[in-house]
Amino acid sequence: MKRFLSLLLAVIMVFTLAACGGSGKGENGKVYWLNFKPELDEALQTLATSYTKQTGVEVKVVTAASGKYEETLTAEMDKSEAPTLFNVGNAAGVKTWGDYCLDLKDTDAYNALTTTSFNQVDANGKVCSIGLCYEAYGIIVNQALLTKAGYKLDDIKDFDSLKKVAEDIHARAKDLGFDAFTSAGLDDSSSWRFSGHLANMPLYYEGKDAGWTECPATITGKYLDNFKAIWDLYTANSATDKTKLATAGLDAEAEFGKGEAVFYQNGTWEYANLTAADKYAMNADDLAMIPIYCGVAGEDKAGLCSGTENALAVNANASEADKTATLDFLKWMVTSEEGLKCLVDNLGGVPYKNAPESENPFFADGNALLAAGNYNVDWTFNYTPNVDDWRAAVVNAMVQYCSGGSWDAVKTAFVDGWATQYKAANS
Amino acid sequence: MKLKRDAAALNSKLLRRPIQKCFILFLIPTFGAFIIGFIYPFLQGIYLSFCKFITTRNATFIGIDNYKTALTDSTFLHAFWYTALFAIVSLLLINILAFAIAYALTREIKGSNLFRTVFFMPNLIGGIVLGYIWSMIFDGVLSRYNTSILLESKYGFWGLIILMCWQQIGYMMIIYIAGIQSVPEDMIEAARIDGASGWQTLIKVVIPSVMPSITICTFLTLTNSFKLFDQNLALTGGSPFEFKSDGTIIKTTEMLALNIYNTFYGSNTAARGTAQAKAVIFFVLVATISIIQLRATRNKEVQQ
Repeated sequence: MKRFLSLLLAVIMVFTLAACGGSGKGENGKVYWLNFKPELDEALQTLATSYTKQTGVEVKVVTAASGKYEETLTAEMDKSEAPTLFNVGNAAGVKTWGDYCLDLKDTDAYNALTTTSFNQVDANGKVCSIGLCYEAYGIIVNQALLTKAGYKLDDIKDFDSLKKVAEDIHARAKDLGFDAFTSAGLDDSSSWRFSGHLANMPLYYEGKDAGWTECPATITGKYLDNFKAIWDLYTANSATDKTKLATAGLDAEAEFGKGEAVFYQNGTWEYANLTAADKYAMNADDLAMIPIYCGVAGEDKAGLCSGTENALAVNANASEADKTATLDFLKWMVTSEEGLKCLVDNLGGVPYKNAPESENPFFADGNALLAAGNYNVDWTFNYTPNVDDWRAAVVNAMVQYCSGGSWDAVKTAFVDGWATQYKAANS
Repeated sequence: MKLKRDAAALNSKLLRRPIQKCFILFLIPTFGAFIIGFIYPFLQGIYLSFCKFITTRNATFIGIDNYKTALTDSTFLHAFWYTALFAIVSLLLINILAFAIAYALTREIKGSNLFRTVFFMPNLIGGIVLGYIWSMIFDGVLSRYNTSILLESKYGFWGLIILMCWQQIGYMMIIYIAGIQSVPEDMIEAARIDGASGWQTLIKVVIPSVMPSITICTFLTLTNSFKLFDQNLALTGGSPFEFKSDGTIIKTTEMLALNIYNTFYGSNTAARGTAQAKAVIFFVLVATISIIQLRATRNKEVQQ
């Protein structure tokens, strides 16, 4: 028995050692994509397998857990087999990872772009990353339920009309069987919708007034009252008790998908899940997206919030073979029919020349608004200094506010927090 | 086949000498693992605490600036005092309760084996899981009063104390049981014959005899409290935050290890060196405190 045991242990040891040294480097380059969007993972795995089948080039796609991209990237970048393709989606990303980015200017993928406005460029003009897609968010409306409640989409033109409709639906929620807004969850899986996306509203209007072209050292929070107004509207007119937003383990997508609420603040990327037969199988014609109204003057001419954080960079420190392989893969993805179809199906707005038209009705809504002369609400939050820390503090303050605390904490986190994080990021 | 176990043959110099010469060969695997897994990262960590870096592969040396930043960081100081308070409270509670239970369960109560197993079991659950489970339990109760563990620092503090007691008492109890059982029966009997009361026997005979167990248990609870991370992260993650007028954000229930982690992985990548410096300070601190504690309790141990 003892002899057998020691034999077994020896065998295990040999295997472990072999596993450590076993992954020899191939001569051909490899692609290692550290993906940033969990909802995209499945599609990318399929795409990667297909590319490998066609070309023999190994493509590894790893997806970081929601909200943990920066940590995963830091850890992975330290390895000898670091990601060759990764996400650098905002000014903070360029600040951290700029030195690791290959200049993508005039690469094949770059030349296939229809617009350069989603690229991230550093202070010296180096193109650190190129936009993979653009997205839009706003308030998703279940039109079938809206009709049932006796309203139509045209009734909502600004904050006051949105408020009127929402409060009326909420008041009749018991009779109607559904409520106005989905839960505004403040746990990690959902808080970004508010500390990131909704917070863009006050940031955008302030930045528009002040003409920001880069991250300002301080902000004034001039439009925070509007932020409060829309947040209060969300939390007062939903079936969820607002003191439980951080702890109840809420799933707003499911609430909306099951027809429990009319309004759901989220983005174009939700289309796939909401309509997928094995998920919520909603009727695409029932879905519409309207701008987020928060009571700023002239906002009846607002469009959807459109921009992207999804921009790809190529690791400048990778071996030449890996760099070439990665650039080739990137080119294939944004020029080939199969690659573009996958991107369009899953992401909707793809800023590349040969991209087919998306079926996603949210983009149609966004384009219709722009065509009617409305202004695009840019993703001003991409300027946020130390974005994760800033958002964490804002979320925490919002939780305190919702449990009966004062709004001042949110104001402090928002305005003073910005200055603190700016100082920390630039020290 | 019957193996021949001849002690004389094994001890003969002819056999022993060559084996003794080979001792290095037998040390190499473990020592190698120790170098890879401990010594090298430790030395590199110290080096990195003097550097500015994003990934550890390309770090630039900048001297002691990181230490200056770390020591003037008010969040770090808050985390230190919070951790110290937590360590003292949990040290006392865990050890007193664990000893009491151990003492009760060595009184030959019916089903004491079952009790021992049940009390020990929480120790088998991982920290993150425990944190989430307990946050649900606390919130289940607190939500009746329209509040949550994330909203008040004192809930977070006592919540973590309850969690740690629940998890660690069983483990310490096992150590105390072993200690109590090894107290010689004749000493207790002698005490009884001399007319000592139950309380006197406990204070004058049992506790001095289990001093080695007390040493090890206080050491374990003290270092565990200082190093606590998973449970802290999962239970409150530092909430609620306190917003100071100068813009600094104090995470009121953040302990030292979590503070280091948050500094390192926060989006302010300039602070990674600072986090590294904090980690070195943290090591020195934990090592010093535990050495002092070991000295202090060792002195109280009696020879049997």
